[in-house]
Amino acid sequence: MYEFDYHKAKNVKDAVAIAKKQDEAKYLAGGMSLVPPMKLRLAKPGNLIDLNEVGELAGIKVDGKTVAVGAMTRHESVAESKDVKKAIPALAKLAGGIGDPQVRHRGTIGGSLANSDPAACYPTAVLGLGATIETDQRKIAADDFFTGLFETALKEGELITKVVFPVPDKACYIKFPNPASRFSIVGVFVSKKGNEVRCVVTGAGPCVFRVKGIEDALKKDFSPKAIENYKHPASGLNSDIHGSAEYRAHLITVLAKRAVAGAE
Amino acid sequence: MGAEFGIGASVKRKEDFRFVTGRGNYLDDINRPGQAYGYFVRSPYAHAKIAGIDAKKASKMPGVVRVLTGADLEADKIGGLICGWNVKSKDGTDTRMPKHPALASDTVRYVGDAIALVVAETYAQARDAAEAVKVKYDVLPAQIDVSKADKKGAAIVHADVRRNMAYDWEIGDKKATDAAFAKAAHVAKLDLVNNRVAPNAMEPRAAIGEYSASDDSFTLYTTSQNPHVARLVLSAFVQIAPEHKLRVVSPDMGGGFGSKIFIYPDETAVIWAAKKVGRPVKWTSDRAEAFQTDCHGRDHVTHVELALDQGGKFLGLRVSTKANMGAYLSTFASCVPSYLYGTLLQGQYTTGAIHCEVKAVFTHTTPVDAVRGAGRPEATYVIERIIDVAARDLKIDPADLRRRNMIQPNAFPYQTQVALQYDSGNYPAALTKALEIADYKGFAQRRDEAKRRGKLRGIGLSSYIEACGIAPSAVVGALGCGVGLYEGATVRMNPTGSAIVYIGSHSHGQGHETTFSQVVHERLGVPFEQIEIVHGDTGKIPFGMGTYGSRSIAVGGVALQNAVDKLIEKGRKIAAHKLEVAESDIQFKDGTYSVVGTDKKTSFAEVTFAAYVPHNYPAGLEPGMEATAFYDPANFTFPAGTHVCEVEVDPDTGGVEVVKWSACDDFGRIINPMIVEGQVHGGIAHGIGQALLEGCVYDKSGQLLTASYMDYAMPRADNFPTIKVDTIQTPCPHNALGVKGCGEAGAIAAPPAVVNAIANALNVKHVEMPATAERVWQALNA
Repeated sequence: MYEFDYHKAKNVKDAVAIAKKQDEAKYLAGGMSLVPPMKLRLAKPGNLIDLNEVGELAGIKVDGKTVAVGAMTRHESVAESKDVKKAIPALAKLAGGIGDPQVRHRGTIGGSLANSDPAACYPTAVLGLGATIETDQRKIAADDFFTGLFETALKEGELITKVVFPVPDKACYIKFPNPASRFSIVGVFVSKKGNEVRCVVTGAGPCVFRVKGIEDALKKDFSPKAIENYKHPASGLNSDIHGSAEYRAHLITVLAKRAVAGAE
Repeated sequence: MGAEFGIGASVKRKEDFRFVTGRGNYLDDINRPGQAYGYFVRSPYAHAKIAGIDAKKASKMPGVVRVLTGADLEADKIGGLICGWNVKSKDGTDTRMPKHPALASDTVRYVGDAIALVVAETYAQARDAAEAVKVKYDVLPAQIDVSKADKKGAAIVHADVRRNMAYDWEIGDKKATDAAFAKAAHVAKLDLVNNRVAPNAMEPRAAIGEYSASDDSFTLYTTSQNPHVARLVLSAFVQIAPEHKLRVVSPDMGGGFGSKIFIYPDETAVIWAAKKVGRPVKWTSDRAEAFQTDCHGRDHVTHVELALDQGGKFLGLRVSTKANMGAYLSTFASCVPSYLYGTLLQGQYTTGAIHCEVKAVFTHTTPVDAVRGAGRPEATYVIERIIDVAARDLKIDPADLRRRNMIQPNAFPYQTQVALQYDSGNYPAALTKALEIADYKGFAQRRDEAKRRGKLRGIGLSSYIEACGIAPSAVVGALGCGVGLYEGATVRMNPTGSAIVYIGSHSHGQGHETTFSQVVHERLGVPFEQIEIVHGDTGKIPFGMGTYGSRSIAVGGVALQNAVDKLIEKGRKIAAHKLEVAESDIQFKDGTYSVVGTDKKTSFAEVTFAAYVPHNYPAGLEPGMEATAFYDPANFTFPAGTHVCEVEVDPDTGGVEVVKWSACDDFGRIINPMIVEGQVHGGIAHGIGQALLEGCVYDKSGQLLTASYMDYAMPRADNFPTIKVDTIQTPCPHNALGVKGCGEAGAIAAPPAVVNAIANALNVKHVEMPATAERVWQALNA
């Protein structure tokens, strides 16, 4: 690890003010994605702004129509929340399947979204439920948030404060994990809310993306059968030692079918 | 002696309390006064000329004590690392053993090859300065693909090694094998790869070098499975110091799996640097370094053919293998794909003729040497895979085909076609028992039930044999081994009756402190908790060869037993004197000397006390109660058994789940069944890991793509079903304990059982390891 300056933020205002003042500043949430590359000397932030004592950023609020999750809420809190389990069981299950128990007790939703790892789980739920990402400055629709490999619509110093998920009629997330990292080789999130259907894929591209072909078919008939002949093009998908583009393309349909069958 | 702590009792491991409560004394727990820290500058390229090393800036950075390079090593006339086994090629020539300096000074040959050692006040300062050492590289083409390494146009790893060929070796009878194939009714053929694996000891390698100017002596604390071998190599070849001026200490160790047998550049540089800078120097590998520099294992490309007659009898076996040695010949690299591989190709079967040729080739990759099983997993994989291919070709049940060809229990000693003489065993009995545990007969029903759930269920067998306790020394010497393979043990009784055992075997997870204590307790009656086992320090123990090849009980344990017997004989003299009878009237049993036919007796503890307080003592007999024995076995030991694996495959994703594991092993006599079962479980986990998950992957330029646990998949608890194991016991006829060894069996048996089960589930000929979901899916859709 290279040397860095550590700042403990008291509240959102304070955190944002420090970020403005300091060069090469990074917010430190759970640290599950930021700290390992720092230890490997692959990341070199000059300043870390610790959000772990910013109470206003953590917590879950559920009303009839939405589930709002504070940016600093740990995965385990979402996974274990009775309210979340009742309102959007798919979201609780997704959170309960991230990483391992250690990661789930440290990692946060805000950290995961800001990082936009190409194989992360949370972005599928955000895009797959059409959530809204709230920051210290504005509200960003999920469709506008994920812009590329480790890239988001967040501006320099902009801080996610919470994520508001609309409650769907039903939804489900199925992931096919990489046996080494247990990130997704491919993960698929599907949801249905009225006439709107979303199908979102992680692990297969530079960042999460929606699959229009599957969404269109499911709008007509929300059943596994409706998409069994869907063939996703392999071109443009990730191809690496863990899976070829062709295999990932194949898994998109397999997992989407399973997600539709499992939607609740 | 007492059933609770004697031989055959599942005594809980006495070492575990300190391990599980964080009180182990691992290498990184040790810190020496005045200690500085080392960090290596390593090559980021697989093959390059070093055009220049500029350490000026690095040397002036905060805390830096010294930056040492290969030029400094050469100036001090420090020798290179060696390979200790000269395997002769077909044409009688010696193994090509190119130079292997601890710090490369003109050419780097794999990513991770060490170039400089930066010594600084703190680890972070050493690392900072290492980044500032400027190395100018002229990058050269790298040879990564082992199958093409000996072909024209391959990049050459060592200028003095033609076609990258370390040796071109053969074993068996080519003529007889050709003749067997000529009369075959069927020939099964298969090309296969035995995947390259990383050893992954939980504790990474580490070393502290220390020099004492007062007596001009060195102490090397290092993670070594064989500290005396390390001392011998560092003294006699590397020329660090004469043996009597070098002490090697290897404390508690978090696993080795073979990777800590070898003498590496790192500890060599560290012990040399200690004198150079006049301070202890500590180096601890990080995980990325471990992936790049711990010797890898396996990495064979093989073509195999099995000739069978009408009745499914094995007439001949023909094997041709290319084995990857990596960039340099590691300490025992050469014997692994030759004498630990070709000699095992008889398996459990009566195959009439065998011929095997092995080309060992260099590539620009991490050196390859022994990893758990070392050669024997590769041999077993070849045999057990080709048998299943033949069974599939001929539509014979794989268990039946094996049984038809097994060496019968009355055929021992059995002279194989590939040099070894099997001493004992009962292969059909182990097969029968394993099939019973597995409910082999009920498989069809389980397969049908799985089909209804949309899963493809398959079953696979592996009837393996291994050769442990590599010996005798005269034989291994004749085959090119540079050392003897005996073991030494000293038992020192204390006047109050407690015992300290000093033994050459090294425990790094095996539970020696418990097992060896049971051996002593059984014979001498010394209370279990009053027995201390000391290992891993050349300053204390008798000269020993260490732990690898499942040899600790089969060689070390027997040395210990023999030392105990010497004490019993000495005690007999004292007892006879004390009880006023002739020695021949004394019998010794359960820790007590007694006079036959009378109630006169004295305990071993009383005799021991008399030996240290010899007031009333046999004339001419030396006081003291201490004995050392060196044991050089008459033959290898040959554990064997059958493992049965069942898998379920998800046909949509190709995902494989191991759902059932049943095994029956024959390890001869068993000292501690619980420890043995644990070893078998660990071995199976290792083997399933290789079969399904693990594999080192290099890109074409020689970058190791699997240098972290994000990319190198290790097996975890949820990869395994409940493992059901049992044993049969045919005692080893040529050692005093009747023991055979058990540490590698699972890793040897498991890979072909898994792959056979997958091939059975898919009804395909073969799937390469690791059988990842994508590979299986491709095999299904080929």
